[in-house]
Amino acid sequence: MATTTTLAKAADGTEPAAYAARIEHVSKSFAGPAGQQLVLDDITLDVAPGEFVTLLGASGCGKSTLLNLVAGLDEPSAGAISTDGRPALMFQEHALFPWLSAGKNIELALKLRGVPKAERRDKAEELLELVRLKGAYGKRVHELSGGMRQRVAMARALAQESQLLLMDEPFAALDAITRDVLHDELTRIWRETKLSVLFVTHNVREAVRLAERVVLLSSRPGRVARQWTVGIPQPRRIEDTAVAELSVEITEELRGEIRRHGQH
Amino acid sequence: MASTDTKRPAGDAGARDGGDLAGLEAGLDALESVQQGRKPLRQTFVEKILPPTVAVLLVLAVWQALVSFRIVDDPTKLPAPSDVWDVVRQAWLQGDLLGYIWTSVSRGLLGFCFALLIGTPLGLLVARVKFVRAAIGPILSGLQSLPSVAWVPPAVIWLGLNNSMMYAVILLGAVPSIANGLVSGVDQVSPIFLRAGRTLGATGLKGTWHIVLPAALPGYVAGLKQGWAFSWRSLMAAEIIASFPDLGVGLGQLLENGRNASDMAMVFEAILLILVVGIAIDLLIFSPLERWVLRSRGLLVRS
Repeated sequence: MATTTTLAKAADGTEPAAYAARIEHVSKSFAGPAGQQLVLDDITLDVAPGEFVTLLGASGCGKSTLLNLVAGLDEPSAGAISTDGRPALMFQEHALFPWLSAGKNIELALKLRGVPKAERRDKAEELLELVRLKGAYGKRVHELSGGMRQRVAMARALAQESQLLLMDEPFAALDAITRDVLHDELTRIWRETKLSVLFVTHNVREAVRLAERVVLLSSRPGRVARQWTVGIPQPRRIEDTAVAELSVEITEELRGEIRRHGQH
Repeated sequence: MASTDTKRPAGDAGARDGGDLAGLEAGLDALESVQQGRKPLRQTFVEKILPPTVAVLLVLAVWQALVSFRIVDDPTKLPAPSDVWDVVRQAWLQGDLLGYIWTSVSRGLLGFCFALLIGTPLGLLVARVKFVRAAIGPILSGLQSLPSVAWVPPAVIWLGLNNSMMYAVILLGAVPSIANGLVSGVDQVSPIFLRAGRTLGATGLKGTWHIVLPAALPGYVAGLKQGWAFSWRSLMAAEIIASFPDLGVGLGQLLENGRNASDMAMVFEAILLILVVGIAIDLLIFSPLERWVLRSRGLLVRS
């Protein structure tokens, strides 16, 4: 079979990985009502260690499907994906477990990773402090606001200590003010932890605001249409002129991609 | 162009990344968090305790009126509330009342515990193993609609007139409810929890223990509640049909004794005790358990 999932690290673990995720000629099709439907077509993409990449595309470009493949929740139909360990994944829904407190949610991630019981509590408090939620340890999920929930979810994802953080439109359901603050927060945490991030969104400004590299996917099937390297220095703001200018350019390209679908 | 004039200086960037953001975030958190407190006792009394009390008093008043105004003047058909009260008091003074109740409650709770031990793994098997679900899932749901009194005759023939026969009837009544509650609880687990669990490394048995079971708890507790109701009903059916002096007098036997003696006050006494005990166990054990599970997850809607 063409699909393999291997660790990027060398066996002795000393050799630093050349990439956090390597996606090679990956295709994915699902059985649909009209036979096999090709969702992703020959995607090749590398995420370098410490790099922040956003995957941008309209509906039906298969960006969430691609993220699921990288997360190992699904298998590609063809091609290979290798990652540096098991990636952490954040969803649009916070996906926190409501039967556990904020702190215990993080501790569960630590426990499943094999962290000894004695260290979990301190580690969880530390992670909560990193997302600036000191004192929220005992809070139940329903007692937290939307922004706080996503920050706990971020802390839980960070608890996996994976080199790669996958984010599937994690801020799409938040209000604009909270989203803006979480952009700043994510940028800060990314720079502090030196994680690699693969971030899926359909929001062009968000993509430009956050990423070092923006990858535009075409729709049905998803292909890499174009990539931009974003040279604007961090920290940025979503309303920065440079962010706006690049967003205009990318939006034009995205609209062009979408228009092609109305022409037949 | 105006937009270039308003562009902030580069030095500003570092400051925003530090304390400024923390303050902004703390403000947002404070604005968006909902403060929830428990209701004051007085309000609980007015909203939760007063209405049912009024309803019960109303029923008693109508009952007394039927007797006092001689609308029904045959005490063998309808005894006065005071007559029923006298019978209850008599039983209390003779020291029999707690005996009746304990005989039935101990049977009921013990039977329920057995049902719990059998129903839980059974429900888990049906929920998680496709073949088992296809094989016995429909039978299990079907059994729920079979009145458990139907099991009394075969249980008497198989096991004889003894306590095991009572427990058998309770099990046949309660196990399907408990198992089905767990199955529907598992079915309703949001797929997002399973996906989140898998990315955290909770697969297989770990996934069942850390994700599926706790997520299914609300459905399971609802099943337990119904399981208790079914246990109690099954037990009463068994006690009424299979009354035998050696078995000791439970509430079901008390009812049957009243019927045999044509003592309507005693029949009413037994019916009221069965009702009160059934409700009391639910109020003391199962409702608080259910409310605790729902409240801790923010699923209890406050009116």
